[in-house]
Amino acid sequence: MSAPSPILSPSTAVLRALFSRRIAILDGAMGTMIQDRNLTEAQFRGDRFKDHPSDLRGNNDLLSLTQPAVIEEIHAAYFESGADLVETNTFNSTSISQADYKMESLVPELNLAAAKLARRAADRSAVKLGRPCFVAGALGPTNRTASMSPDVNRPDFRAVTFDTLVAAYLEQARALAAGGVDALIVETIFDTLNAKAALFALEQLFDETGVRLPVMISVTITDASGRTLSGQTVGAFFNSIRHARPFSVGINCALGGAQMRPYLEELAGIADCFVSCYPNAGLPNAFGGYDESPADMAKVLGDFAAQGWLNMVGGCCGSTPAHITAIAEAVRPFPARSIPDLTPSMQLSGLEALNVA
Amino acid sequence: MKQGSQFLIVGERTNITGSPKFAKALKAGDWDACLAIARQQVESGANVIDINVDEALIEGEPTMVKFLNLIAAEPEISKVPVMLDSSKWSVLEAGLKCLQGKGIVNSISLKDGEPEFLRRARLLRRYGAAAVVMAFDEQGQAATRDEKVRICTRAYNLLTQEVGFPAEDIIFDPNILTVATGIEEHNNYAVDFFEATKIIKETLPYAKVSGGVSNVSFSFRGNNPVREAIHAVFLYHAIRAGLDMAIVNAGMLGVYEEIAPDLLERVEDVILNRRPDGTERLVTFAENLKAAQGGASKTEIKEDLAWRSLPVEARLSHALVKGIDTFIEADTEEARQSTAKYERPLHIIEGPLMNGMRIVGDLFGAGKMFLPQVVKSARVMKKSVAYLTPFMEEEKRQLIAGGGTARPQGRVVMATVKGDVHDIGKNIVGVVLACNNYEVVDLGVMVPCDKILATARERQADIIGLSGLITPSLDEMVHVAKEMKRTGLNLPLLIGGATTSAAHTAVKVAPEYDEPVVHVLDASRVIGVVSSLLNPANKPKFVSETREKQERQRIEFADRRGARKLLPLAEARARRQPTDWATVDIPRPEFTGTRVFDPVPLDEIVPFIDWGPFFSAWELHGRFPDILKDNVVGEEATKLYAEAQEMLARIVAEKRFVAKAVIGFWPANAVGDSVEVYADESRARVLETFHFLRQQNEKPAGQFNHCLADYIAPKESGRIDFLGGFAVTSGHGVDEFAKEFEAVHDDYSSIMAKALGDRLAEALAELMHKRARDFCGYGKTENLAMKDIIREKYRGIRPAPGYPACPDHTEKPPLFDLLQAPATTGITLTESHAMWPASSVSGMYFNHPDSKYFAVGKLAKDQVREYAARKGQPIELTEKWLAPYLDY
Repeated sequence: MSAPSPILSPSTAVLRALFSRRIAILDGAMGTMIQDRNLTEAQFRGDRFKDHPSDLRGNNDLLSLTQPAVIEEIHAAYFESGADLVETNTFNSTSISQADYKMESLVPELNLAAAKLARRAADRSAVKLGRPCFVAGALGPTNRTASMSPDVNRPDFRAVTFDTLVAAYLEQARALAAGGVDALIVETIFDTLNAKAALFALEQLFDETGVRLPVMISVTITDASGRTLSGQTVGAFFNSIRHARPFSVGINCALGGAQMRPYLEELAGIADCFVSCYPNAGLPNAFGGYDESPADMAKVLGDFAAQGWLNMVGGCCGSTPAHITAIAEAVRPFPARSIPDLTPSMQLSGLEALNVA
Repeated sequence: MKQGSQFLIVGERTNITGSPKFAKALKAGDWDACLAIARQQVESGANVIDINVDEALIEGEPTMVKFLNLIAAEPEISKVPVMLDSSKWSVLEAGLKCLQGKGIVNSISLKDGEPEFLRRARLLRRYGAAAVVMAFDEQGQAATRDEKVRICTRAYNLLTQEVGFPAEDIIFDPNILTVATGIEEHNNYAVDFFEATKIIKETLPYAKVSGGVSNVSFSFRGNNPVREAIHAVFLYHAIRAGLDMAIVNAGMLGVYEEIAPDLLERVEDVILNRRPDGTERLVTFAENLKAAQGGASKTEIKEDLAWRSLPVEARLSHALVKGIDTFIEADTEEARQSTAKYERPLHIIEGPLMNGMRIVGDLFGAGKMFLPQVVKSARVMKKSVAYLTPFMEEEKRQLIAGGGTARPQGRVVMATVKGDVHDIGKNIVGVVLACNNYEVVDLGVMVPCDKILATARERQADIIGLSGLITPSLDEMVHVAKEMKRTGLNLPLLIGGATTSAAHTAVKVAPEYDEPVVHVLDASRVIGVVSSLLNPANKPKFVSETREKQERQRIEFADRRGARKLLPLAEARARRQPTDWATVDIPRPEFTGTRVFDPVPLDEIVPFIDWGPFFSAWELHGRFPDILKDNVVGEEATKLYAEAQEMLARIVAEKRFVAKAVIGFWPANAVGDSVEVYADESRARVLETFHFLRQQNEKPAGQFNHCLADYIAPKESGRIDFLGGFAVTSGHGVDEFAKEFEAVHDDYSSIMAKALGDRLAEALAELMHKRARDFCGYGKTENLAMKDIIREKYRGIRPAPGYPACPDHTEKPPLFDLLQAPATTGITLTESHAMWPASSVSGMYFNHPDSKYFAVGKLAKDQVREYAARKGQPIELTEKWLAPYLDY
């Protein structure tokens, strides 16, 4: 009487084996690499969008259509530098974020093209490097918050609703899955309600396709208070997303590794799934750049690996293939974290966690 | 922050159906008032807030959404999880779309049939919410025990099997129905609820039970004192039956113990359905209640009051030395009034109070006072200081630019490390420090490393002190030392607690940190250590002496390790204790599976108390009962014993602690050094495998290399053996009781309460072991006097994971799984596998006639490697847990 549960994708078992055997390596920043090429407005537009009504420079996700060779090169460079997984160039490829560029209608195409590019880069690198290479379809946070009002005078107002987010994420995820990604990663989460909408959409997708892809989840702790932008502690966040049976959960962006240390330690202690970490290359400097050298990042992340907190590691804003090589080197001597076997307890949360054994 | 088996209060005031005030505010659109009510519930201690806006004139969905969005903007409210409460699914779903946290939906049920029930459950799974499941089905509401259990069981099976709904997210509401309605069939409703709750908790693993309490007293609406008493009594019995949470007014919770005895009796007659005229009697009584207010009078103890005529300084000193707090506030006030002598309140502390404490310190140092007395002195000191504090704060306010504050001799940040819950010793050290004018910042138990370090930085501590009792804490202390070095702290570090040792500190902790790391054996040494470290003149000498001593200990350790010969594992195994398995007596228990004892009456436990360790906890050493007549400590021991008896009597009479136990037996066979536990005697299905370690030290001829697995018949013997298990606690209520004393600055009684909690837990383990032996038959004929039982002169042993015969704490979780200990006893495990509440004991029963306690001792790498492989666990992790036992 109930619909058959989706079967696990073939990539699930392979990734599970990888994450258990050693610390897997994720790629570094896409944005930093694109920025380094100083592409012009005309290059962003290409031929196809030369008459588009709004400015397009800065819409990095569009490059999957207008400069596919650039994106594929970056993916290849990361695989070459030691990455096991790269993320698709789709951080902003939802109808909500693309509205800024009046490109909502392009969302399915952007995601499909990005997934196929990354897939091709992975398949070619695998042959070249003689090891498996994987693609994670990236779902960013969008530029709206579902649990906070942008207007201080109207605290009950919301600029986006759960249903709108579900529809937007479903549209994006469908195209990523069709493009052949091995996993999906809901990342840079600053509002957990946005993430819950994404996770809701993914379940719907798995029902549609009959195949369940590994779901990776990564939260952003925005400052030294140890909370998300929407106010949750790490424990509360984990309780809020645990129902999605995540393949991995982790922390990325906003902070450098050193500032993440206590939160990653906490997460590694409570997560009954794999744990990941891909920090920025330090905190942004006065010029909006990032100062941590490959050696700096490798030192901090190598320490996390030595502590036994990691199953996947990589870099976020400011990191480059050189960073990834150094990081991979630094974590190599250490075994992957083993998933603790925890007694089931009712794990509720508001802004704080409430666990009831 | 403590997690675990606490009872959850769901605040009901933001439920429109139960709160006229909320209803009025909501209908008037007065959102500020609505938020104030929600905030008040959280401030009053609600762990979760129930939100219900079901009202005919209100449009449910937008109202729910607006209120939730407003709450989201109030961190003081939104820190707690939300219970969405509505009879309309569409309102619940609208609410789910607003929650970033994980909330509870109240409710779903089988009322609308199975397909709809399953559809909603699947959606909840997708939104991520726990669910209240009403005991309601297609036929209607369950009223009797059996109906409640039948419907809940059916729902549980559907949810867990059809939907994959996590069992721990199912909260049953087996319907709290109104009693004392005058209709005879209603009289047993509360009892039906209690019994159903008990069965649900026992038979449906991990599921929770909740209920809306105010319904039970509906017949007495308008009479709040009686309703509150009914609610308190109902909760008292429901919690004992296993109720996990209740929807109540968090601001108006009565206390069972405070209900007047005559009212209590009548309420219990009704709730427990003890007599047919119960309702009538309560109704009559309720009407006359207002006249029945009275005060309790306490008997005064006559004592010699001659010292009361001394000058105030002498009185303060006397009070401190004798630990008498009866007059301390009056005397302190008198001194404060003497502004000629004591210009500022601080002068009283620095003058007569410190003088008195100095006498106490001298007497303690000279062995003329003992720890229990010192702790009592500190209680008096604290009360006096507490009395003066407001005056000093006022002074500070006035002299804001004046400078010159009371600079303590030094500031010590103390904590029981992460994963560990034991704090009696640490509290004693804290008191001793405080009464020597050190400022103590006590972070409590289970404190993560970064919090200790951050606090030390923030408060500009002079010293950090770490405490722990279980072996994994040793590792955590090493971790803290490393972190102190890594983050550049340069404070001395003190290490203390039952498993710590000077050797471990020297070998494992001190090398990780550049500043002095000092092991403190017990509370009497702490002042010497701290004052040496903080006195610039003495410090260099003390530190260099400590370092030299530690270097010697490291050399000794290395020598010993070289000298000690461990046998290869194969050889140790060959030297196992032999048993003739063909003939040895293997008792068959009367039952297999588990049996729960909840509650175990405290008075049954008391005779099993072993008082010896009680005195050790207070650092009075000697055998019981000889210690009471000891030349040196006898007098103090006797006094301590008498006071312990007095508090124990109170604990028993007022049922302050709740004791629970679960024991079990399972068919079992040894396979190598492991023991397989089977679902039944066919032995087809292995429920759990316990892995044991074997002694490897070289022994003289005729002695054996023991392993617990040797006490269970091996599989190849063809015989069925049985392994027993138990988990017991007397800890529920201990912390609350201790906190009552702490609130009035009475650390002495607080420590006493915890020490008694520990004794009761050990005694309960002894009592349950007696019952276990009886269940196995041989106990019934053992015919031992109580003192011989306490000396363990019986057949069989009950070793505990984490202790010498089975040093690996990670064997505890599988034992807890088998016993379902968290659900049956409320005992949970921390990340280091310490039990919470702290006053808990767990272990395994072995019936073998030759079974004896032994210490596994040091382990060679060959065994650790083989053991890790047996457990299917990385060797690094295994080494981490067994760190104190590794010989390499």
